[in-house]
Order: sequence, then structure tokens, then C-alpha cells
Amino acid sequence: MTRITSLISGIIFGIGLTISEMIDPAKVLDFLNIFADWDPSLAFVMIGALIISSPFFHLFKNNKKPIFAVSFCYSNNKELNKKLVIGSSLFGVGWGLGGLCPGPAIASLALFNIKSVVFVAAMFAGFYLVKLSDTTTHAR
Amino acid sequence: MNIINFTPVSAFLGGSLIGLAIILFFVLNGRLIGISGIANNLLNTKNNRLDNFLFLMGLILGPIIYKLFTQEEISISISNSFSLLALAGLLVGAGTRIGGGCTSGHGISGIGRFSLRSIVATTTFMTVGILTVLIKNIM
Repeated sequence: MTRITSLISGIIFGIGLTISEMIDPAKVLDFLNIFADWDPSLAFVMIGALIISSPFFHLFKNNKKPIFAVSFCYSNNKELNKKLVIGSSLFGVGWGLGGLCPGPAIASLALFNIKSVVFVAAMFAGFYLVKLSDTTTHAR
Repeated sequence: MNIINFTPVSAFLGGSLIGLAIILFFVLNGRLIGISGIANNLLNTKNNRLDNFLFLMGLILGPIIYKLFTQEEISISISNSFSLLALAGLLVGAGTRIGGGCTSGHGISGIGRFSLRSIVATTTFMTVGILTVLIKNIM
């Protein structure tokens, strides 16, 4: 059952990115262009998503079990450290350069744009590099 | 500062759908959506591999289904060169893994749970993203 709900959830997410036009990196870059010609739309996407989802996180916080899976499974890491800030900064540079973050980048593969493919391939290479360096550090 | 191309209604509507997708995945599957996390797990772990794959397939199907129903063309413009996009992709991939999340994972699922860690991450990548665009404009 979690397979079907995963697919449906992905589809709804993808439609949301399309309706909000966040799938278009030019619109995201206009949001980051706050000191010149600014398009505040991205803030409204986040507000919409937060207003809808946030109450449910708190309503279901004390539930023992999700509906279709055995248990809740997510990170509850509360650590504020250098890694968090360094990683988020690197992400910020990449986001500002291309206007693409992981969700819109993957959704835009639907449009057969070769540039999206290059970005997504490089992003997966980035995931792999971090995994590789984590494995080497742990092996030491 | 000039406000341009502001589309508050479609932004809020699209955002609400993203929120709905996140609730479904949480309440039904018991997991929090962060796209970078799901994509990374598909590549690097065997846990929930089929679920992760199907979610990402859905993410790609979303725009296609939207197009089928509305008959509307979805136009995007990526003006950067291939080498800049490759660099950006690498930074986004590595950065989201080192920082433990992206716009969806920290920005929505994290902030929605009032996680201080996610508030710090979101403030950081937004600020750095804005500065990057500012520097790009000057150069």
C-alpha cells in the first residue's frame, strides 16, 4: 500500500510545483533577486505548504503508528553544528547559481530539458561524493 | 526593489498541494518528505527503495498529468551554461546531504515541526542564495 501512496504523494507534489511555477528556475531566481526585480511568489508557496501541513505534524505527533506503515520513521536530529551551516551554505550557492533545488529539478525532467538532466546527474554525483567521503571517514 | 511577476494565488494553491502531499506521506507512510533525502536514499540505501523510486516517478508524472488535463504548455527557462549547471548540481547535491535537507525537507517539513535546526538551515540557504544572485548580478 505504501507503494501506491508514495506514487500518489509524488504526483500531487509534482502538480503543486507546476501550478506554483516553482518548476521554472527563472521564477525561483526572481525570488532570490530581492535587491532588484523581486518576485515574492516562492514565499507564498512555502506559506501555503506550511499552513496545510504543520497542524498535521502536531496532531499526529503522539500517534503510535502511521496508517500503512509499521512505525513513524524520520530524523529528529536537533543538533546545531558547523555541518548544518556549511552544507546549507553550499546548497545556497548552488541554488543561487542555477535556480534549481532537488524537487523542481527532478520534476522538470518531465519536460525533456537536457539542462535539467545535466543538473540532476550532477546532483546525484554530489550525493554520491558525500556518501563516499562519509564511508571513508567512518572506516578510519 | 521592484515587485515583478508576482502570482500569489497560484503560488498559495500550488504550495497547498505540496503541503497535502507532505501530509499524505507522513500520515499514511510515516515518513517526512525531503526530496533530497528521498533521492539520496534511492541512490545510497536499500531501505524503502521501491517507495522512494515511485515517489520520484510521481514527481515527474505530476507535470505530465497537469499538462494532459489542462492542455497548458509548461514553459521553463534555464539560461545557464552546461558547466555552470553541473557545478550548481554538484553543490546542491553535496550541500543538501552535508546540511541534511533542502527546501522541502528543512523549509517545509522541518519548519512545520518548529525544528530550530531547520529554521537555521532555511535561513542560511535563503541568505546565501540571495547573496549568490546579488554577486552574479554585479559580475
